[in-house]
Amino acid sequence: MITLDQRGRRCPLPIIALARHIGDVPVGELVAVAADDPAARLDVQAWCRMRGHEYVGEEAGPDGVPVYTVRRRR
Amino acid sequence: MGSVYLDAAAGVPLHPAAAEALTAAVADGWADPAKLYGAGRRSSLLLDGAREEIAEVLGARPDELAFCGSGTQAAHLAILGGLAGRRRAGTRFVHSAVEHSCVLHAAERHAAAGGEAVSVPVDPDGRVDVAAFAAAADGAALASLMTANHEVGTLQPVAEVAAACRDLGVPLHTDAAQSAGRLPVPAGWSLLSASAHKWGGPPGVGVLAVRTGTRWRSPLPADERERGRVPGFPNVPAAVAAAAALRAVRTEAAAENARLSALVDRIRAEVAARVPDVEVVGPATGRLPHLVTFSCLYVDGEALLHELDRRGFAVSSGSSCTSSTLTPSHVLEAMGVLSHGNVRVSLHRYTTEADVDRFLAVLPGIVADLRTGLEGL
Repeated sequence: MITLDQRGRRCPLPIIALARHIGDVPVGELVAVAADDPAARLDVQAWCRMRGHEYVGEEAGPDGVPVYTVRRRR
Repeated sequence: MGSVYLDAAAGVPLHPAAAEALTAAVADGWADPAKLYGAGRRSSLLLDGAREEIAEVLGARPDELAFCGSGTQAAHLAILGGLAGRRRAGTRFVHSAVEHSCVLHAAERHAAAGGEAVSVPVDPDGRVDVAAFAAAADGAALASLMTANHEVGTLQPVAEVAAACRDLGVPLHTDAAQSAGRLPVPAGWSLLSASAHKWGGPPGVGVLAVRTGTRWRSPLPADERERGRVPGFPNVPAAVAAAAALRAVRTEAAAENARLSALVDRIRAEVAARVPDVEVVGPATGRLPHLVTFSCLYVDGEALLHELDRRGFAVSSGSSCTSSTLTPSHVLEAMGVLSHGNVRVSLHRYTTEADVDRFLAVLPGIVADLRTGLEGL
């Protein structure tokens, strides 16, 4: 699993980062995105739907910033 | 090449019938309609004539209808007054998750004063479920459901929800701002609000209707104006112009709805076909005739608006980067759809097929330019 630090970056930048790095893990593995832009909550899930990946969920990081986890499916 | 205004949902240009009526009414309707001298009586006649005409189109009685300063103020008065009048029935206010911010702001005010506010979720098309809404409204003091959504165009099942609310003994407010003049007002509301500049009237005219028998108490200090519902000297010329516009747009509505709906169908189909990675948001049917919304993956909504503006197109966006609070639109959020790269296109009587052709001609190139370097993602 890799984690992308997208704190302080506004959408669509966290989603673009996710798209750039999803291929860095094998199919079935996880990519996490730490993003404080509230739009990321919506847009990570929408991106998963549009690109056929699995949205695993969200948890708060140690600094309270949400971390969204995605499983590469293709 | 002039600029093309495609933001009708924010407000449309003054209808020519309204412009004419406004000029005449400024000359004739300047005096205080509460006064008994000749000039006052002329104002009063003009105001009551406007009231009758608007009431008829909205399916209200003239004595149920009051003029105020905006659609937002009408909604605030409807909701806060409806809750004040029902205090003995409790404090729960139920509304859909996709209401206009004016309804949500009234709900926040109500909650801050110790009341309860309940938001009913919507499906991915932005529509409430009648049974779920009714279940939430059971035992509430007041419920609110818009006729049609301002951002994505979804029509709500207001008549069905109103019938369910009537069975529950709960009054229903409906915000008809986006549909009034274009579509018939659904039956069964207890409180209604609308805004004249959305139908071609002048800005600064809101309409509040309180159905006879509905418990309502003014949340503002009341005077003798507008049956104690809206204090202060009314803008008679603007009300007259609003009525003239509504009469005119109602006559044109069938033809205009068909024309604009066909243009919206084209935009929906061609945007999806010609712009890769786009989500067209909102249902293909059961929607407003003149409004379409879509989101472009990997595109910054503010940059997209700026580029469209540079090419002469005025559109709106629900993307977070275009909002003062930097949060995405609560409507897109409630629907669970892509929020960045969002564009709302809304058409009006001056929108031509050539305008839509030009928009569809420039959009794919603008989106492609904004995605430079992102190919293959």
